[in-house]
Amino acid sequence: MLLNIDHLQTHLGPSEAPVRVVDDVSLQLRSGETFVLLGESGCGKSMLSLSLMRLLPTGGRIVGGDIQLDGESLLDLPEVKMRAIRGGRIGMIFQEPMTSLNPVMRVGAQVAEAVRLHDPEQADRINERVIELLESVGIPDAARRMHDYPHQLSGGMKQRVMIAIAMAGRPALLIADEPTTALDVTIQAQVLDLLKQRQRDVGMAILLITHDLGVVAEMADRVGVMYAGQIVETSNLRDLYQHPRHPYSQQLFRATPSAAKRRQRLEAISGMVPPLNQRFKRCRFIERCEQAQTICQTGLPPWQGDNHSGYRCYVDAAQTANTSVTVGSQTTDSPDNQPPLLSIRDLRAYFPIRQGVLRRTTGYIKAVDGVNLDIPQARTLALVGESGCGKTTVGKSILQLPKPTGGEILYAGRDLTRLNGQALRQLRSDIQIIFQDPASSMNPRMRVEDIITEGLHAQKLGKSPETYRAQVADLLNHVGLPADTMQHYPHQFSGGQRQRISIARALAMQPKLLICDEPTSALDVSVQAQVLNLLKRLQNTLQLSYLFITHDIAVVAYLADRVAVMYLGRIVEQGDVTQILQHAQHPYTQALLEAVPTYDPTRGQKPITLQGDLPSPANPPQGCHFHARCPLAQTKCRTSYPPMKQTENGHGVACWLA
Amino acid sequence: MTAYIIRRFLYALPVLIGVNLFTFWLFFVVNSPEDMARMHLGDKRVTEQAIQQWKHERGYDQPLFFNGSAEGLNKITETIFFTKSLKLFVFEFGQSDSGRHIGYDIRQRMWPSLALAVPIVLVGLAVNITVALMLAFFRGTYVDFWGVILCVAMMSISGLFYIIGGQVLIGKLLNLVPISGYGTGIEAWKFLLLPVLIGVVSAIGSGSRWYRTLFLEEINKDFVRTARAKGLSESLILFRHVLRNALIPILTGVVVVLPTLFMGSLLLESFFGIPGLGSYTIDAIDRQDFAIVRAMVFLGAVLYIIGLMLTDISYTLADPRVRLD
Repeated sequence: MLLNIDHLQTHLGPSEAPVRVVDDVSLQLRSGETFVLLGESGCGKSMLSLSLMRLLPTGGRIVGGDIQLDGESLLDLPEVKMRAIRGGRIGMIFQEPMTSLNPVMRVGAQVAEAVRLHDPEQADRINERVIELLESVGIPDAARRMHDYPHQLSGGMKQRVMIAIAMAGRPALLIADEPTTALDVTIQAQVLDLLKQRQRDVGMAILLITHDLGVVAEMADRVGVMYAGQIVETSNLRDLYQHPRHPYSQQLFRATPSAAKRRQRLEAISGMVPPLNQRFKRCRFIERCEQAQTICQTGLPPWQGDNHSGYRCYVDAAQTANTSVTVGSQTTDSPDNQPPLLSIRDLRAYFPIRQGVLRRTTGYIKAVDGVNLDIPQARTLALVGESGCGKTTVGKSILQLPKPTGGEILYAGRDLTRLNGQALRQLRSDIQIIFQDPASSMNPRMRVEDIITEGLHAQKLGKSPETYRAQVADLLNHVGLPADTMQHYPHQFSGGQRQRISIARALAMQPKLLICDEPTSALDVSVQAQVLNLLKRLQNTLQLSYLFITHDIAVVAYLADRVAVMYLGRIVEQGDVTQILQHAQHPYTQALLEAVPTYDPTRGQKPITLQGDLPSPANPPQGCHFHARCPLAQTKCRTSYPPMKQTENGHGVACWLA
Repeated sequence: MTAYIIRRFLYALPVLIGVNLFTFWLFFVVNSPEDMARMHLGDKRVTEQAIQQWKHERGYDQPLFFNGSAEGLNKITETIFFTKSLKLFVFEFGQSDSGRHIGYDIRQRMWPSLALAVPIVLVGLAVNITVALMLAFFRGTYVDFWGVILCVAMMSISGLFYIIGGQVLIGKLLNLVPISGYGTGIEAWKFLLLPVLIGVVSAIGSGSRWYRTLFLEEINKDFVRTARAKGLSESLILFRHVLRNALIPILTGVVVVLPTLFMGSLLLESFFGIPGLGSYTIDAIDRQDFAIVRAMVFLGAVLYIIGLMLTDISYTLADPRVRLD
């Protein structure tokens, strides 16, 4: 047994009132094995990994249990010996590659630092070793790139450098704490593939921490599901996916959006994770459990099973049944013939590049370059693509924030780009936006009531304070929040509740179109389900149209009616959701869908079809923008951009090969 | 980079013109030459003739902007604005109201000012960084706690206390160095020792506390966690990763004051009788010698703008992420 964690307990904060971030966790890990810790934010999975390294933040301490590496207790080691373990026997990579490298040190020097510490035999050939390591993590032209500073590398490249640093000491165990959460799905596929490949080459064990069920499916041999500081279920991958035993695992699966659940309401997990500053006297999941029984009140549930596989619950797994709720008035998937609510024609948004003494414009970043879109009535159009492809700029251009460089946006018979002043202001209330991060998109010093009514004041829609108040109460009720919360400040809410306030703020203007810019990306799966349910219900009752900007294909499959795929400022493919997800024509769409991690026990190793990073929109490649990364590119693709070809039922593809 | 510097230089011009016009307005329009003359000659029993003569001797009898009685270009040049204000742009400061050559005085007096200010900045920087690094190393312990309290206490005490206390203790009681005065050449060091010491000590409180905050901010960054996960020792982390990143704001904070060091220290120079530009300014204010005050205000503005430009340039040298264009 390589790693043996035995009844580990970690506390944060004052010893009189500790926060029990890791509460009696045991797990075992063999050499060459991948163990995935799955859990939502705040469940203690990162604290567990930091405990292993003895790198807890100030005030954090291990108060019980033991951690053994190769039979040797890490907790008894003096600090000097522990430093030899860190980066030596145990390597670690983190969630944010953007900030995890020292910005003022060349990346080669940062790798060399680790080599010098843990591989003294290489001391006289440090440079060669650094190049070797960088090449082994797939950095092209490593001898030159080692002299780059971190800001000169893309996010995926930075994470590769982090992996090179972790590999420098030839670790027996690699801890990867949400290694791909900050990366695009195509880059995520590359990094996950790299981790698996390095694991095969050197035979190390991986302890992977994630909240993403797709990543679990892609990587895990065995899985531990963590909840509120505890592992509530341990199982191998296949068993977890086919027969999750703990109610939390089951509910987590049911809350995850997918194409199969289109006609259903997602089963959001109600309530919140209990605060960890208490000593639990009964099951910690009881308030949110759908199967709670009287016995669950009586004490801490026992562990059923052995070290290798088991779960912590009173209820027998066999009794549990899958139930699903069908939403009443569900919209049909068939296309209808209503005219679109809003049409975008040849939309362009250019940002000038200025240089020289006089700041003359020397070129343009073409963030949006000739986009045509139709947003259907009371339907959802999803706009998908990698970060930096210009999808957010499309959303902002519709709002005329800022005014686009060219093109038309036709709404209610008028071109929004030609409107100014009062006329534009009136139409603005018809189109509202909600943002990715609800915490930073609301003024922290305003009460909920004022946040929601601010737009009404601006549009002079409201009348007396009493009617305002009644209206706010009604809106909050609509998004599932009690009316008395209108006197609270944004920080008093959880992430999901804050996003619901954002939605209420948008609804106050009685919009026809809601632009949702990654509205659930910052939320946990269980909370995401609440917000998606709400959006779906509002669409049915209020006949809202959505422009849903996202990179999450599962959410698209669950929510969208039409899908447009964007690459470097242009739409490369659009069509109905089933056409796109099941019969994608464009190689980019195919690669994007291929990169989404999914659970498929029948499938073997899947090839990575999309290499490299998104090129710079300031200097897009000649011809088809995608040809440099396209596996099927031909001569024609390198010289001229393909036109959008319309096939049957409004399916359009911009590709020479389609 | 070159384009950036040229552009910054062009931006600086309107600022300097603004400063020039504003000082002119303050010193000649708000406070007319007539008022100046009365102030210098005394209010009682002053004849109109004496005032006219005082103004004539100093060139204050010309019109402000336009001299209708002169010929050709002289209509412009024989005015107070041209002779007293515009000439500042070419660093022609003219004569002080007491008849001395201001440019000559400044060239003489800037050396004692630099001899005092440069050691204070350099020694102060070294001392503050050392103290702050120590506080950061012992963060969360009693060393840190009491260190910060001491810093706040030192910040709260008036600068005058350090000066007078130092003079009494070291100069008078211990009799180690002379209390005030200045020597020529190398002899000056014993006169400078005490003011430099006092200058450094009086700034330890605020400086160390600020640097400590900068260090602690860096210590909590993700890349420091990466460095720990590599297995680096705490002191290596502090020197190689934390210090280098925190030095960026520290150095740029120092660079901005470098040019203004020429201006000297008002308090220290006056108390220790050091013949620098600081005491020069104070004496001029005391004597109502507005010609000198005007010159020093304009010089201060020029040096401050140079300081800001140097700061931006030093950013590009210290931080590879910053590119000026």
